[in-house]
Amino acid sequence: MTDQELRDLVLSVLAGIAPDADLASLAPGEDLRERLDIDSMDHLNFVIGLHQATGVEIPERDYARLVTLRDTLAYLAARLHSGSH
Amino acid sequence: MAEFRMPSLGADMERATVVHWLVQVGDRIERGQVVAEVETEKGVLEVESFESGIVEELLVCEGTTVAVGTPLARIGAVAGGEGQPVPGALSVATAGRAAPAVAPAAAPAITPTVAPAVAPAAASAITPTVAPAVASAAQSIEPAAAARPAAQTRGRRRISPAARALAESADIDLDRVEGTGPDDAVTLADVRRAQRQPTSIGAAEPPALATGEDHAAPSTSAIRPAAPSGLATDAARRAAMRASIAALMSRSKREIPHYYLSQEIDLERALLWLENENLRRPVEERLLPAALLLKAVATAAVEVPEMNGFFENSAFRASTAVHLGVAISLRDAGLIAPAILDADRRSAGELMAALRDLVRRARSGGLRASEMSSPTLTVTNLGDQGVTAVFGVIYPPQVAIVGFGKVFARATVEENGIRNRRMVTATLSADHRVSDGHRGAYFLAAVGRLLQRPEEL
Repeated sequence: MTDQELRDLVLSVLAGIAPDADLASLAPGEDLRERLDIDSMDHLNFVIGLHQATGVEIPERDYARLVTLRDTLAYLAARLHSGSH
Repeated sequence: MAEFRMPSLGADMERATVVHWLVQVGDRIERGQVVAEVETEKGVLEVESFESGIVEELLVCEGTTVAVGTPLARIGAVAGGEGQPVPGALSVATAGRAAPAVAPAAAPAITPTVAPAVAPAAASAITPTVAPAVASAAQSIEPAAAARPAAQTRGRRRISPAARALAESADIDLDRVEGTGPDDAVTLADVRRAQRQPTSIGAAEPPALATGEDHAAPSTSAIRPAAPSGLATDAARRAAMRASIAALMSRSKREIPHYYLSQEIDLERALLWLENENLRRPVEERLLPAALLLKAVATAAVEVPEMNGFFENSAFRASTAVHLGVAISLRDAGLIAPAILDADRRSAGELMAALRDLVRRARSGGLRASEMSSPTLTVTNLGDQGVTAVFGVIYPPQVAIVGFGKVFARATVEENGIRNRRMVTATLSADHRVSDGHRGAYFLAAVGRLLQRPEEL
């Protein structure tokens, strides 16, 4: 999966959670919870969506590494490339 | 023969608009089946039938606003065997609005839809009298039916409130908008996309010269003639929602002598149990702390029935069932508090699944009327936003509301030294006509006690 594909995938998961949000203007370093008004239920759905789309197992202790779009992409890319999923 | 009436939609709802019939005359329906969608100030709700039988007559056509309790349809007993031809061939319901939006392009898609509607026309059981409004609508049956895809798919579609609002204000037929949200839900972006695509009818609008891809929605919408009215309608909807919340909360503050209690509850044990539990659960089945909090409140409500029920006609009636209302923020579109039915009888895992489902439907459409009218006690959880405590306003005719703030760390002195414990502040607003602070304190203590044994929840 290319970086661009991964990015599109993460954005599509986010779009499913915050359907009416303007994701085009989302900056890579922005706090997703704050920017998209994501609560803990939305965040769980985000993690479920990422898992279903990529197959990466995301334990609860790693939730703190999914704060921004940039962090999320780095986290998923590292796991996809290491083949650990 | 039974009349199917506009059901109660919650204490603040006096009327609603029938937006879609999901059944036709002659259809056999089961108790609990969703037969119509109605729109209230709090969005579109699905209405279930409380009867099984045959739809003999639809008394209200789509687009009509009626008071709660108004007969909407006549349901007849199932006569004879099931194989009997259904009475009533043509559906008045599908006619609905006067169908200006007939697109020739849509015609080929209709074949499967029309077929069932042309059932044998043995209209014996049906009264020939049709309400005048319905009669005139019936004349436009063919084009209307032609414009719509299969009723089944339409009935099951999820449409976000914002999407529905924009579609109506911009006069976009939602049946022709492709949904790309979860479960193919139609989102605001889908409607905007449809808005930018000139329709085959020869739309009034020139094709928009979009500068970019679909993502450019915000900038293109600024130059669209439809946008201003769309915003006006959005604003009107928000205003209606605010007015509805204001009316109910004013009534609450006017009629209910609230008293307020707060208690700090040690959540350390519950959260450790939860983390451990989540390690072995697949991500789809992981629990949030909210599931444990809800379970503890529901169980405590059984122990202290003065917190669970309705105060109506100068008297309190405790409820044997615990239908736990959950305050759900619709982001900028307001607040809604539908119920998880029989919350006390569900496990934490089941409550979690029910909560996920409820939040999803609250935000993307598909709440049931019964879920809106049934809460016997409500919980509001503002911990995600960082508040330490929330003292809720009771939803009449309920008599209590429980609030939870954010989880915080506290150094506590114990036998072996100082420990770090995670805590939450639980609050209770309760009705002094029904209970006193002593019982309220007992209730909160029960919530705290139950949370010390999460494995039993």
